[in-house]
Amino acid sequence: MAEISLRISRFDPDVDRESRFVTYSVQAEPTERVLDCLNRIKWEQDGTLAYRMSCGHGVCGSDAMKINGRCSLACQKLVRDYDGGEIVIEPLPSYRVLKDLVVDLNPFFERVQLIRPFLITSAPAPEKERKQDHEDSEKVREAIRCILCACCTASCPVLTSENERFIGPAPLVWVFRYLFDSRDEEGLKRLEQMDNPDGAWGCKNYFECTRVCPKEIPVTKQINIIKREIQKKLQQKTD
Amino acid sequence: MIFEHDVVVVGAGLAGLRTAVEVAGYVDVALISKVFPTRSHSGAAQGGIAAALGNEEPDSWEWHMFDTVKGSDFLADQDAAEVLARDAPRAVYELEHMGVPFNRNPKGLIAQRAFGGHTGELGRRSIKRACHAADRTGRVIMDTLYHEAVRKGIKVYPEFHLLELIHKEERVEGLAVYDLALGEVHVFKTRAVVLATGGFGKVYKTTSNCFANTGDGVYLAYNAGVPLQDMEFVQFHPTGIRGLGVLISEAARGEGGVLRNGSGERFMEKYAPTLMDLAPRDMVSRAIAREVREGRGVGGQDYVHLDLTHLGIERLSEKLPEISSFVRIYLGLDPVKDLIPVEPTCHYMMGGIPTDLGGAVLGQSGRIFQGLYAAGECACVSVHGANRLGCNSLLDLVVFGRRTGKRVLKDLPHLEPQSLAEGADESVRMGLDRIKERKKGIRPRALQKQMQEVMSTCCAVYRSETGLTEGLDSVRSLLARLDEVAVENKGRRFNTDLTDCLELEYLLRLAEVILVSAGARKESRGAHFREDFPQRDDLNWLKHSLVQKTDQGPLVSYKPVTITRFQPEARVY
Repeated sequence: MAEISLRISRFDPDVDRESRFVTYSVQAEPTERVLDCLNRIKWEQDGTLAYRMSCGHGVCGSDAMKINGRCSLACQKLVRDYDGGEIVIEPLPSYRVLKDLVVDLNPFFERVQLIRPFLITSAPAPEKERKQDHEDSEKVREAIRCILCACCTASCPVLTSENERFIGPAPLVWVFRYLFDSRDEEGLKRLEQMDNPDGAWGCKNYFECTRVCPKEIPVTKQINIIKREIQKKLQQKTD
Repeated sequence: MIFEHDVVVVGAGLAGLRTAVEVAGYVDVALISKVFPTRSHSGAAQGGIAAALGNEEPDSWEWHMFDTVKGSDFLADQDAAEVLARDAPRAVYELEHMGVPFNRNPKGLIAQRAFGGHTGELGRRSIKRACHAADRTGRVIMDTLYHEAVRKGIKVYPEFHLLELIHKEERVEGLAVYDLALGEVHVFKTRAVVLATGGFGKVYKTTSNCFANTGDGVYLAYNAGVPLQDMEFVQFHPTGIRGLGVLISEAARGEGGVLRNGSGERFMEKYAPTLMDLAPRDMVSRAIAREVREGRGVGGQDYVHLDLTHLGIERLSEKLPEISSFVRIYLGLDPVKDLIPVEPTCHYMMGGIPTDLGGAVLGQSGRIFQGLYAAGECACVSVHGANRLGCNSLLDLVVFGRRTGKRVLKDLPHLEPQSLAEGADESVRMGLDRIKERKKGIRPRALQKQMQEVMSTCCAVYRSETGLTEGLDSVRSLLARLDEVAVENKGRRFNTDLTDCLELEYLLRLAEVILVSAGARKESRGAHFREDFPQRDDLNWLKHSLVQKTDQGPLVSYKPVTITRFQPEARVY
């Protein structure tokens, strides 16, 4: 056990004009999660602290926050990842803070829904499963890891300072997931929907999404593949 | 505020989503969830969903049904187990048609793998029946169903915490909920309520369950007079990451992983000569506990090793990427070359709210509780009896979620809207105010921690009269201190300090029911192992437990098990 210092951004719109930092110290093992530290603060020192959490092991995506300047899941970062120094915790950037570390993610989910994140087919379903080659199913293996935590989208430099209408990295991962699902028949329309400055072309290759993704999805690479597909398929169409 | 919908589904995991998707378009349905829907705990299911598709080798629904019944230690109702196994292939094809990205075999069909207790030819050999999407099966099914719900325009109320089932005798009238974002109490007027609130693994210290799994729906049904069924049957999954409880899927053993004790022995050879590491969970957890007790844990300590080192990096990254990353992140180990320290972790509640095959809740004396339905882990149909098989949970959620939806549609014309009495939510408002007004007291999490210690010590894999009595005394003394619980957070926004108090009461009352039910059952069956009664006793105990809330405390009664095709036999693997 060692004493760890956490500087946490606090904000309650009912009483505060702007956010402020409060420093807490807790005893923690190096192998404990940052989430364990937050829980210790909330359960033993200050019950007014607000943050979201649920599964505690990087599957549900609730506890995305900015930890020492980088968007991460508090349950996936361990105390030892920060070398015993002070850990600074802020809410996800780009979204309205509802209280402390809780942000309004409705705009995030709305943008994901814009891309129609479901399988679109016209043929009637067969009696059994649709066949799909093993190789085809492998094409989306990385994209289906997305847990909609919003780390990538919250930290995208394009969204924060250049073009807030950019659809954002997470929705593009979902475009990729359906574009390369051999069962989906909406491919061309999905590409057309992304063929504009606020769609795939909004991405300026900062790679921040790839760096922060807690599920290690090669987000930027997938966006670039979408761009190439747009060039290939939509240009072919006009030729 | 007052909201009004024909049907309100509480809980947005797979059971709730599947029910809502079934009724959407026909009636006005709303989905309430204490977390945002895609954060629900179904998403943590890893290994797969069972269905006798026969994509890898010949299989049949009868074999699947037999495994389910034998796995349940013959306590499952066989009419329910038959529905589950027969409907499984249709349910999995339906998910595939909706877009679930299952792994594929070389023939382009849904890939299937071995799992605990899944056998061919009525127990002769292990069989590949688990359909899967790597080790994220629950998550991808949940994302698919959630987006299907969005596509159907289902109204979702996220971060609404269930406070009360409003009912007049055995007829539902509505719900009272707590809006976390605004700190307000709302009332839902509705003709039908579907509880799909999941389990309550948080009564235990070490659990694979998420923080949200506090049994809200189960407790509130009990509080409304519904007797709870088979509550003594708590599944401990054999392979939780030591100390953390995070799940390492049975798929790890399905893909060829083996358990080893401190001397490196593959000890399951002794306990289950045919299936070995793929014996059902209750048996494997007991075997681990026994190895540890007899001093054969690793370094004489309280854990054993899961060995995946012979699987190779390719298989681990294609079939078990998620658990490999958990091992790397939380243990700093590499499953390609390191042994993984594991211990049993509380995983699943076989018991819960009794329902018929259509999800209608059975109230006192087995009468239908009008307008109340339950599906998923919170329900007890009972398909899992005394021990659930791996991959039967996701299956249960989609099979019985759909059936519940169909039943609601059929019943709804006969369920007139009730005139909700003015001030129906008065008592819950007052209850919340009382907690907030208390100036000083114990923190809710401090009591919760004590309860979890008690349950993990007294009512886990091994149980006895002495331990259960001690446990019950301790839990009752904690219950007596509920009035001393205070919150320092008096604010209104995201006051989870306050909801912690509510969850604490739900958990403590359910812990009491588990202990009472376990104390009464004087035999060993499935996950309920009594050291003082180590044998299964079909003559006296082949029956379901029911625990009813009364003014004198929980009252235990019993009801018969439905047996159709398979007579009870010795359970060897």
